[in-house]
Order: sequence, then C-alpha cells, then structure tokens
Amino acid sequence: MAQIRVLRRVASLLTTPLAPEDILGLVNPLSSSRQLRGVVTKVVRETPDSTTIHFRPGRGWNPHAAGQWARVGVEIDGVRHWRSYSLSAAAGHDPAITVTAIGVVSTALARDTRVGDILFLDTPQGDFTLPEHPRPLLMLTAGSGLTPVMSMIRTLVPRRPDADVVLIHSARTPADALFHDELLELADQFPGLTVKHWFTRDSGTGAPARRLDLGDATDLETLCPDWRDRAAYACGPADFLDAATELWLRDGHDDTHENLTIERFATALLPGTGGEGGLVTFEKSDKEVEVDGDVPLLDAGEECGVVMPSGCRMGICRSCLIPLVAGKVRDLRTGEVHGDEGELIQTCVNAAAGPVNLDI
Amino acid sequence: MTTTVNRSTTPTADPADAGPAEGADGATGIRPRKPVLAATGHPAARPHAAAHLSDADVEQLGRELDAIRDRIIASRGAADAAYIRRVIKVQRTLEIAGRATLLLSRRKTAFVAGTAMLSVAKILENMEIGHNVLHGQWDWMRDPDIHSTTWEWDFVTPAAAWKHTHNDLHHTWTNVLGKDKDVGYSILRMDEAQPWHPGNLGNPLYNMVLAPFFEWGIAIYDLELEAVKDGEKSTDDLKKDLKAMGRKVVRQFTKDYVATPAAAAVFGSGKQALVGTFTANAIRNVWAHSVIFCGHFPDGVDTFTEEEIEGETRGDWYIRQTLGSANISGSKLMHLMTGNLSHQIEHHCFPDLPSNRYAEVAVEVREICERYGLPYTTGPMHRQVGQAWAKVFRLALPPKGQRGRLVGRGLPKAALNAAPPVTA
Repeated sequence: MAQIRVLRRVASLLTTPLAPEDILGLVNPLSSSRQLRGVVTKVVRETPDSTTIHFRPGRGWNPHAAGQWARVGVEIDGVRHWRSYSLSAAAGHDPAITVTAIGVVSTALARDTRVGDILFLDTPQGDFTLPEHPRPLLMLTAGSGLTPVMSMIRTLVPRRPDADVVLIHSARTPADALFHDELLELADQFPGLTVKHWFTRDSGTGAPARRLDLGDATDLETLCPDWRDRAAYACGPADFLDAATELWLRDGHDDTHENLTIERFATALLPGTGGEGGLVTFEKSDKEVEVDGDVPLLDAGEECGVVMPSGCRMGICRSCLIPLVAGKVRDLRTGEVHGDEGELIQTCVNAAAGPVNLDI
Repeated sequence: MTTTVNRSTTPTADPADAGPAEGADGATGIRPRKPVLAATGHPAARPHAAAHLSDADVEQLGRELDAIRDRIIASRGAADAAYIRRVIKVQRTLEIAGRATLLLSRRKTAFVAGTAMLSVAKILENMEIGHNVLHGQWDWMRDPDIHSTTWEWDFVTPAAAWKHTHNDLHHTWTNVLGKDKDVGYSILRMDEAQPWHPGNLGNPLYNMVLAPFFEWGIAIYDLELEAVKDGEKSTDDLKKDLKAMGRKVVRQFTKDYVATPAAAAVFGSGKQALVGTFTANAIRNVWAHSVIFCGHFPDGVDTFTEEEIEGETRGDWYIRQTLGSANISGSKLMHLMTGNLSHQIEHHCFPDLPSNRYAEVAVEVREICERYGLPYTTGPMHRQVGQAWAKVFRLALPPKGQRGRLVGRGLPKAALNAAPPVTA
C-alpha cells in the first residue's frame, strides 16, 4: 500500500495538474480522482416497472450493511442527475439497486441501463439496518419500500438458523410485487421467514382488495398476532409510514413493546413556489436570512456577512457557483424554478423560491 | 447542524445600489463597481458603427441574440457531452504518447514526433479544453471532472487567478479602456486612445519575447500588480496569489523540466527530452499568443470608454462584444486548434455556450450583423496576426502630433490605461 502511494506521488509529478487516476481513466473507466464510479455487471427485469441493476464499484466504495442506501448518479442527455436508492443485495455481495420507473431519473435508470454502463456513486449510508442482537422481527413494506428490507432478509435468513422474520408486503398485484417468487421460495426453504403478501387490487385469490389499514391494529393482528413483540421495520410511501408511526405511538406505550424503525425514501423537502422568496440557510457559515423572491442569493449571502464567491454579477462568469443542499431557486433571468440536490447555483442570478439551503 | 438565526438583516428592494454590504469580508477587496445593464434606453454614446440603430432596433437585436442563446442551451445534450469527452480523451492520449516518445528522443525522429505530439496536446489542453472548461461552458453537465470550479490547467497561472482577470474583468468590460486590461495587458500600447510614452518604443521587442513565454506573461498579468499599486487589491491578496502561483510554477516546472527529462535520462535522452518539452511549451505559447492577439487587436475592432458605455442595455452589451472582437476564418481543424476562439465574436456574446456550438451560432450572428448593418470582423489567421503585429509596431510610435516630443516627455505612468476623457 505504501509502495502504491509512493508510486502515485512519483506518477503525479508527470501528470500534474491532473492526477494519475485521470490518465488511468483512459483505459479504466472506473478510475477517477474525484468521483467514485461503478460498472454495471447485470441487469434484471423484476416487474414490468422495476429493474435490478448490479454493479461493481471502483476503489473507495465501502461494503454496505443490509438496509443501507447510496446516492447514484446517472447521465441523462449529457446531464448528471443524482438520486438515492436502497441497496437490495445481501451484505457481503456486490451491490445492486432495484429501481422502479417513477420520475425521469428512475425511469431512465430502470429502462435504459445496460451491462457495461458506468454509474456514479457515493458510499453507502443510512442507519436503517438490522439490530445488533438477534430478536424476532416484523418487516412492514409497501411498493418499492421492500428494497432495503429485501437486503436484510437476504442477509439474515439464509445465514441465521435462529432468524424469526415476518414480512408483510403490500403491492398492487402479484405481478407488481417485487421479488415475489424469490420471497416465496425463501419462505419455503427457511422456517425463519414468514411472508404475507397484501394485494391492494383484486388478485383473484379472494383476499380483500383494499389498502392495508394501519389506522388501527386489526389488520396487523390478523396478519401477525405477536406484532407487539417484534422489532419492527417499515419502509414505503409517506402516508403508509405516517400511519405506522402513529399506530406504534398509540398502541405501544408499555416497556415490553418493541421499537419501530422507519426509512423514508421521499425527501421531506418543502417544494417552493416561485416569486415569494424564503428563508435562505448558509450551512457552513451558520447563517440564515429571510429574503424576498427578487433578491439574488449572492446579495442575500453578502448582506448577512457570508463570504460569497462572486464575479460578474450578471450571470456570465460563473465565479459565484455554490452547491445547493436543499430547496428550489428561481432564475431571475427566465423565471424558471429549478434546483436539484448538489446542483451548482449561480447565486448572482438566482433567488430563493421557498426555503433554500446552500453549501457555504 | 446547529444554526444561529440572524434575521435582523433583510435585504432591501434594490441591493444593487445598497453599497458595500455590511459585514462583507475584506478579503474580496475593493473592486470596481460592476456594470448593471439598463432595462431600456441607450448608452451615453453608442459606438460609431452602431450609431444608425435606434433604441428599438438595439432592443430587437438583443432579443434575437438572446433567442439564439436560449435555443442552444435548450438543445445541449448527450452529443455535446460526448464531444468534450472525446477531445479530452484524444488530448490525454496525445500527451502521454508525446512524453513517452520523448523518452527515446535521442533519435531524431522520436524527438520530432514526441515534441509535435506534446505541442498539439498542450495546445488542445490550453485552448479547446482549459479555456472553455474554465468559462463554465461544460458546467451544465454537472460532471465534477469537467467543471469550471474543479478544473486546473497545464499553464503556469492558477485557474482561479485566470478566471478572475479573464471571465470576470475581460469578459464583462470587453475593450473598455482602463477597465479591460487585456487591451495591451498593461504592457503594450494597443489602442490609439492609450497615451503614448517612450517605453512603448520597445513594444515590438516586448511582444516578441512575450510570445514564446506567453504563459508567464499571463501569470504575471493575473497577479494584477497595477490594481495593487492603485490600492484596488490588497497586498494580502497579492501574497496569497503569489503563493498559489509559486506552488503551480514549481509543479509545472518539475513536470516538464525535471521529471520528464529525468525519466528520459534512463534511456540516454535526458537532454533531448528537456529541449522537447521546452519547445512544446514555446510552440503552445506562440500559438496561444497569436490566437489571443487575433481576438481583439486586428483592424476594424472597436474600443470603448467607461463613460460611453454608461447606461448600456443588453442589446448594446451585445453590440460592444461584437464590435470589440474579431474572428478567424478557416477549416474545422483551425477552429479546434484555436479552441473555437476563431469564433471570438460568438464567444464574447455567449461566453458560456459549449465551444462546439459556436460554428452553428456564427452563421446566425453574422446574418444578424449584416441585417443590422454592423461590421463583423473576420479573416484568415495570417492576415489577422499580421494586422495585430502591425498595430504593435504602429502604436509603438507616438501619435503624429506628439512625434516632436519623442524624448523624455511621455505622460506619467499612472495615467497609462486610464480611461481618457470623453471627447464629443
């Protein structure tokens, strides 16, 4: 390792201002000094709308724990977009994401990804992970919320003979249900796993075609009578998780009651509406300021004492770029409201459209 | 994240006129106020070549040029991204191949081939890649590997310093005497309106030395010594810039004049490799110098004063960029090797459009100029370079009226590059 470092130092004398990795990138597409990458090794169509993408990450990736997620960057029409996806593969295996075609980015990933494509990556994150000590578990998932839980089940069930997992998964129809056959096989093979599918549309099995009702405990009692004695994990749409949280809060105020851990995959950002401005937070500078919708972010930052990079102040020189952490901004030139997480904002010609967080 | 709320300062309706912001850090120094484009009206003096246009004409011209920009921006996509990646790949391959060949440069053919490949690689790196990436032309891809905020180039001046003097000052104040120091780079007298002093007699000599060492000239220029002298830039900022430049110089020097020859010495080609890298840098410098001088110095290019441009609208801004720049005509290869600065007029109108799109934009800009009766300066490289050099020689001499006072009667140095008073 030390030798590699010395070699790299020597090589960089010859490649400056580039890094040796930039030159290696000519032959190895995973090599980059700035951006972790992965190459797609396998693409599996799961349902008509969902695809599992297996990839081999380059150097710098940390092996994921079951249930974690990673930011994945993909290029659509030349522009890089980032989204977060739960890793669906078992811990210890090469990572994979399972993407459902909703929205521009996920749709492009789910439909257009081919073996050999390059994905841009960030290391796995998240604390929606298995408990440290074995205990009975209840997994409560809906739709693509199954993906992190699938990683947990794949990790735990085949390896631990003492596993005791009940999965309640809600999907529209059997055809829409992710990992449907694999789950049934696992449940067949390992007594430690019980799978209860819940279909919200008529599946012809005579089961009630309605949404899983978490407004009270009735449905849960039927599906998993000992649900109160299990450590619960829930992942799914926001209203599903809200209902689950409320149920656990209401029904679980005794000491013996096990915890509920939830994972949200919709960001809780307030979508801004153009024109009215908002609260701008300069995160590293630790400052906040309320601004009108026509004040450039650059002026707002300078006004409250943040050292803002700046240049022409008319949208040409791009000396003023600052990464957006959260929120939406309005281009004062066109009125267009835009803003993706991580997007570099020209602060001199963009104003707040609702609350905005900037990385400075 | 802990956040202390500081709500006491709510920006007023018109922050542009609010003066220096309270609490603004002194590190940015006192900089000239930036021009703020007027929504309507006209500048104090519209350039002679555009004097026949009414305010409404100029407004319409501005709208037409804005429409071109909007259309290109809306159509940027995968093909453009593939283009810049291809150029970068070719450039890096050439660079590596060139250096590798120089390892065997004891053989004459290897010396010639290696030096040629490295020269072409350095030219591409500097012009089509470095200059344009640092302009933010590829920022829309959101690729941190090809981005104006992360890019560093194979040039002794650090990217950050160059971005300030070039993107910020030169492109904002294009050809405004006293503001755009690119008009002669504070060394040469490149405009009749710049006062003559006896030192200007050396201009042809200075320029001849400048050409092969252009990158060093730019590095020194980017330190903005004049701004320091005039109190517009703090000595702390100068020290910081000097330190950054020093680090860059050491790295650049080590690569070309120590590491590469040392590696070649293993094959008995050390001395030849040193000559090769030096020659490649010189060729790149002479080429860059020529291209840059074609941009704003050939005949037919206008200069302006700060007073004249007061009240400039967006349309007038476009007119200034057009009248203040000159193109180079030629083949696709010529456009590539000049970093598409052969489309200097289009580059100045739309500095952040991807360079590979300037060729198609040029057709429309030229048509618009013809329709509005505006001059559109262009010509083959040899003619444009010739005119720029002729200007260097011509302006080394004092204006006709002053020729009797050749000795010791120049204007005080401080007046150099200052905006001359407006003469009606």
